[in-house]
Amino acid sequence: MESQKKRQAAYMKKNLLDQGYLDEQFAHLEELQDDANPNFVEEVVKSFYTDSARFIRNIEVALENGPYDFTKLDNMMYQFKGSSSSIGARRVKRQCSMFQECCYAKNIEGCRNTFQGVKQEYATLKTKLETYFQVSPSLNNSNKHLYATTLFVCLNIFSKKLFQAKLL
Amino acid sequence: MNLVASSSVSWKSNSNNSDRVEKNEFPAGLRVLVVDDDPTCLRILEKMLRNCHYEVTKSNRAEIALSMLRENRNGFDIVISDVHMPDMDGFKLLEHVGLEMDLPVIMMSADDSKDVVMKGVTHGACDYLIKPVRIEALKNIWQHVIRKKKHEWKDKDFEQSTIVEDGDQHQKPPEDVDYSSSANEGNWKSSKRRKEEEDETEERDDTSTLKKPRVVWSVELHQQFVQAVNQLGIDKAVPKKILELMNVPGLTRENVASHLQKYRLYLRRLSGVSQHQNGLNDSFMGHPEAAYGTMTSFSGLELQALAATGQLPAQSLATFQAAALGRSATKSAISMPLVDQRNLFSFENPKLRYPEGQQQLNNSNKQINLLHGIPTTMEPKQLADLHQSSQSFVAMNMQGNARMQQNNALLMHMSQQQQKQPSRGQMLNESSNGQVSQPPLSMPQPLSSNGIPAAILSRNGIVDNVRGPVYNPVSPASSMVDFSLNQTTELQNSFPLVSSNSGMSTLTSKRLLPEEVNSDIKGSRGFPVGYDIFEELHQQKSQDWGIQNVGSAFGASDHSGIPGTLDVSPSMLVQQGISSMKKNGQNGNSPMGGPQLNLFSGGNLLTVKAEQLPDTSYQSNLFLEQFGQDDLMSAILKQQESVGEVETEFGFDGYPPLDNLPV
Repeated sequence: MESQKKRQAAYMKKNLLDQGYLDEQFAHLEELQDDANPNFVEEVVKSFYTDSARFIRNIEVALENGPYDFTKLDNMMYQFKGSSSSIGARRVKRQCSMFQECCYAKNIEGCRNTFQGVKQEYATLKTKLETYFQVSPSLNNSNKHLYATTLFVCLNIFSKKLFQAKLL
Repeated sequence: MNLVASSSVSWKSNSNNSDRVEKNEFPAGLRVLVVDDDPTCLRILEKMLRNCHYEVTKSNRAEIALSMLRENRNGFDIVISDVHMPDMDGFKLLEHVGLEMDLPVIMMSADDSKDVVMKGVTHGACDYLIKPVRIEALKNIWQHVIRKKKHEWKDKDFEQSTIVEDGDQHQKPPEDVDYSSSANEGNWKSSKRRKEEEDETEERDDTSTLKKPRVVWSVELHQQFVQAVNQLGIDKAVPKKILELMNVPGLTRENVASHLQKYRLYLRRLSGVSQHQNGLNDSFMGHPEAAYGTMTSFSGLELQALAATGQLPAQSLATFQAAALGRSATKSAISMPLVDQRNLFSFENPKLRYPEGQQQLNNSNKQINLLHGIPTTMEPKQLADLHQSSQSFVAMNMQGNARMQQNNALLMHMSQQQQKQPSRGQMLNESSNGQVSQPPLSMPQPLSSNGIPAAILSRNGIVDNVRGPVYNPVSPASSMVDFSLNQTTELQNSFPLVSSNSGMSTLTSKRLLPEEVNSDIKGSRGFPVGYDIFEELHQQKSQDWGIQNVGSAFGASDHSGIPGTLDVSPSMLVQQGISSMKKNGQNGNSPMGGPQLNLFSGGNLLTVKAEQLPDTSYQSNLFLEQFGQDDLMSAILKQQESVGEVETEFGFDGYPPLDNLPV
């Protein structure tokens, strides 16, 4: 059970890395996880999505009506991009760079289009990571797992003892 | 989310590190303060640092981090800070930490462009990390702590020997009186040498064995220091003499020596940075001398003028002046800022008018009327009026209080000192008598070159810097103004203000840029030089308050919470008056100065002025200059005072000449 989950998690992670959704920064974050913080990456990703939501909102508002302050848009996106890169969100980061290029070119339509791309990648990654965290060994999972395993082992021992005792 | 320092930091003396080193635990337990506005990044960094067995304190606000550092001066070993933060520019924080606490600071950013990295280097960052940061990069940060400590000891030793020599020289002559001249020399030298060696050894032993508590260079102390340095002259300032002048019990020559070294580096950096101004908000450090001279004179006068016009809160004006003074006149006293402060307070009302005036920027006449002495549009005759108004403004200032005069005198003194730089020196040449009115009044002359700003600058005496050719060194005041203006012009387009040498002005002007307002403001805060000067001039508590307020105002401007006054001054001066003025509402930095700068740059004061010199811009220029200084000061002062006053301080009390400017 546990190994199956592990395999599943490893497979998912490989996919995410191969398809470019994540980069090695994500792997580095996972290396930081230890017994004291077994769900570290999941927590970080969760807080990322919570905190970066305001960037998305702000940029959206800024793209609605003119006059368009491209420098401001660029600055906002710069901050969002930095945040995304810190969790290893590679595709999101790439979309952000494209958006920034449109800002530089003062191309508002380009900005809007690339921003749609940003939001899309942002949402896609969120779904994929949520699935990933369900299968990856985390504290919650391992707790349950541990609990189940311990229970199983106890039952095993108990039944063995019973057997020895005569009953079985 | 707001992250406040975690409880991991405890007050520890420096001996902790040495103990740790001895016990071979080092670098475990290294006390790191990490500052980043991005909570995700902050969290990741904290985890990484914990994995390195460091003691981590995190903060997502630079202001909070700075106050933590100040409260607990020996509580941290190293600081890691992000470059782009909304409340304070990372480089400003870097400056503050370097000057006040002398801790190693590592900068971080996703931006790896060369100029930003260079900026980190010039501001004294001991390292620069590119985001996303890897744990491997953090594992070795302890080396910066060791290196810095090692250098400190080296400096102290060096200073010791220097001090010893000085002492020996003082001591020797009387002893050798009885000897013949030739014998004297021989004996004197040899005995001197011997004594020096002995003293050096003794002192070295003492310093190395004693665990000296780190000296806290508070605002007042630093002010005293700068005052002493200015009195002696930056070239002749030796630690022993500075110590004597300061007359602070418990302060050793070594403390003074190391602080002096830092101060010199700071000044050098200012002058070096001013050349790399483009786009550097913090470049306000430009040429220390230039910046000082110009800034000081500029800020003082402008502040007064602005204050008079009610544009700037008196306090802010004072701060400005202080800042300007500090920056521009490395050698000159900070008297100007002090004076300005007074003016700031007295001219709070006019300040309020400033915003109004801004709107009328185009209407020079109206503006002039609105702004006491701040000509909104510069026209030929207005220029002349400007002189007059500046003069009157100066007079007004003088009337304000004796302080003002003192400040002016100081300003003048400063400007004189700055004479080294052609543009700057002139400011206060004439004001040697310490009468404020005099130097500023001389401004009229400079106006010719740069128009109104020149006038103001002329008061400062740094006229010619503004645009170089435009300003004549003639008026001391104007030179300062010009200088600042010039510097701003040098700055990117955003700061038409002054591209002159004064790094400060450029910095301030940079701040004016709306986009950069926050960063600018921060930058100004980060202007340690101005800070120093400002502190010195701060003779009165009220002034300090003013300065602090101004400083805080600046900082506040970043938060767009700044009252109109702040916005008015600096920004106005810098950029195109109208647009910037509108923006000014939020930040003092608005580029009001722009129009003015153009003026100055054009060298045709009359012409330029007519087109652009909105009063606000002029004020903002001045303001800007001072802003940087003010930031520094405010940062320093903030410790002492509440920030609330910040906004009000920005008055341009010290902006005397504006009153005289004819509408």
